[in-house]
Amino acid sequence: MVTFIIRRLIASVFLLIIVAMITFAIFFLLPRLAGQTTYALATQYVGRNPTHAAVLAVEQQLGLNRPLYLQFGSFLKAIVVGRHFTAGPQTVYCPPPCFGYSFKSQLPVWPQMVSDIPVTLSLAIGAAVIWLVSGVSIGVLSALKRGTVFDRAAMGVALAGVSLPIFFTGLVLLELFVYRWNLLPAPTFVPFTQNPFQWAQNLILPWITLAFLYAALYARLTRAGMLETMNEDYIRTARAKGLPERTVISKHGLRAALTPVVTIFGMDLGLLLGGAVITEYTFGLHGLGLFTIEAVQSQDLPEILGVTLLAAFFIVIANLFVDVLYAYIDPRVRH
Amino acid sequence: MAGGEAPREEGRPDRRFAGLRARGRAPAGQTADQAPAESAPTAVLDIRDLHIHFPTDDGLVKAVDGVSFALERGRTLGIVGESGSGKSVTSLGILGLYNRGNSQISGKIYLDGEDLVAADQSRVRELRGNKIAMIFQDPLSSLHPYYTVGNQIAEAYLIHNKVGKKAARAHAADLLKRVGIPHAETRVDDYPHQFSGGMRQRAMIAMALSCDPELLIADEPTTALDVTVQAQILDLISDLQEEYHSAVIMITHDLGVVAELADDILVMYAGRMAEYGSGQDVFGSPGHPYTWGLLGSMPRLDRPRMDRLQSIRGTPPSLIHVPSGCPFHPRCDYAARNNGRCEREVPELRPVSLGHEVSCHLSIDEQRRIWAERDKVAS
Repeated sequence: MVTFIIRRLIASVFLLIIVAMITFAIFFLLPRLAGQTTYALATQYVGRNPTHAAVLAVEQQLGLNRPLYLQFGSFLKAIVVGRHFTAGPQTVYCPPPCFGYSFKSQLPVWPQMVSDIPVTLSLAIGAAVIWLVSGVSIGVLSALKRGTVFDRAAMGVALAGVSLPIFFTGLVLLELFVYRWNLLPAPTFVPFTQNPFQWAQNLILPWITLAFLYAALYARLTRAGMLETMNEDYIRTARAKGLPERTVISKHGLRAALTPVVTIFGMDLGLLLGGAVITEYTFGLHGLGLFTIEAVQSQDLPEILGVTLLAAFFIVIANLFVDVLYAYIDPRVRH
Repeated sequence: MAGGEAPREEGRPDRRFAGLRARGRAPAGQTADQAPAESAPTAVLDIRDLHIHFPTDDGLVKAVDGVSFALERGRTLGIVGESGSGKSVTSLGILGLYNRGNSQISGKIYLDGEDLVAADQSRVRELRGNKIAMIFQDPLSSLHPYYTVGNQIAEAYLIHNKVGKKAARAHAADLLKRVGIPHAETRVDDYPHQFSGGMRQRAMIAMALSCDPELLIADEPTTALDVTVQAQILDLISDLQEEYHSAVIMITHDLGVVAELADDILVMYAGRMAEYGSGQDVFGSPGHPYTWGLLGSMPRLDRPRMDRLQSIRGTPPSLIHVPSGCPFHPRCDYAARNNGRCEREVPELRPVSLGHEVSCHLSIDEQRRIWAERDKVAS
């Protein structure tokens, strides 16, 4: 098991480097291939009124005229040890992990992103807990009570959950709970460390909105997995042993039915950690999702590059976690 | 050990009474009001007029339709038939593993005098894996891939006995050793995928034996195995039967297996009993045309090689639209002899000799004559 984890860790590091390479290529190689000169590229980093000298300075500064592999090397090096950037008259030090320097906002990228991470993290993980618990338990119950009123009702709600967009459910919840009934404050982010109660109170609506969509998917997924598993021969064996039905379901059925759920969960959580864009936008929570939107709108390349890499990092970590969990659940993966 | 080594009080039933074992049964076809006062069941398993039907959208599936037999400890009953003849449903019925919600069951299943059809589910569950155990066909899919073999064997033992986990694990290792797994002490912590096919079936057998069952049902236990391993598994089952003194039901379509192991044979067709008797009777002087067909389609080394094996023409009937009269008549070569009686009348199971019963409209003399002819042609 330990060797398995170490092997997966090493693979993850390589995966991240490859992701960084591809992302870097998209931002620096593709424009070149499309015929854009380094001068034009440098123009984007200068600001609103580029002078010829300033553009040349930036081109020199960023090393845009150097070979790409050298640029990539210094980009990677910056993440580990930091880097100095010359912006206008003064030199700015971008401390590690340096994901670049935004010439538009005149700030290093990382510190801006860092403040947004807890928002997205709180939003995604809180919602994940809700949708896992509710989705899986509804799915299991639906499978066991297949064809009953409960099953039909649950699957109907699930269909609604999958179909209704977040900005619809989110706005309806906001209108009802915040503006009409004044039960909850309008969501603003309060750090968990500052006041856990307010943290939860502010996030409960975004959590429910986000979890509703995913819980619906997970309920359907669990139900299908459970129905399939309960027809397996080993379930018949478990019953033939005289195990109580409760044990047959929870010990023999659920564990096998949950493997596909675990796989999807890793993907979903990883994706959300890179920014729950629509939910953040709907509730005005400044997480990585809003950060990305703003970066894209202002065409701030270093910021986009930085947030892309961070999102990739989350997905790789989530998948590593899933792989380890998978190996824990299914012994055949380990051997 | 749950008394595995201890000799049983009853002792082995006397072989002299082999022909009398079916006494407890009400004659087939008799309705309840006609039946004389039923005798009390004496055998470990006594099934009387068992029906298991499943209502479906397409119609009523009569999976088991009037099956009766009795089985003593230490003896083996072979149930033979094609796919869909009701042999597996019968065994699942004994275990109570049919879905009570979507099935209709009637008749009696006496286990040690206790009727399992009337018993409530929790009582049947207590007996399952404890007094009745089952070995399934495909050991790979029948073992849970996520739990160790030892864990799965110990599970049944833990449920039915007041023991700790350590004792249960030791018991599992002991059972593995007994069924011939080398290095059982360490292999008890292996997962099913680390076992070979034969070893998996041995592990299934160990699991079935974990509570020293009175009745062991083996549903095609060798079908999924290599031929060389098949013989080992059959030997193991019969050795363990002797050791544990259990009653065994061997469900199979392989007549070779039955000839090897079974004391009694029940031939099933379309959910009904076609022929029932001792191994000698059924193999030596079979009376049902279906049994003749089964025997004729089996390659035999003790006979000169024929040009080709004789297959039974046609296909097994659907259990929803069972043919009128004798369910076998559309495939039977001799149905024409009875002036349409075979199409109209369901043949009753009647004795042709002591303890040997056949459900066929052919007279006993005709049955003997035709079999003698067929037997001569074959040899």
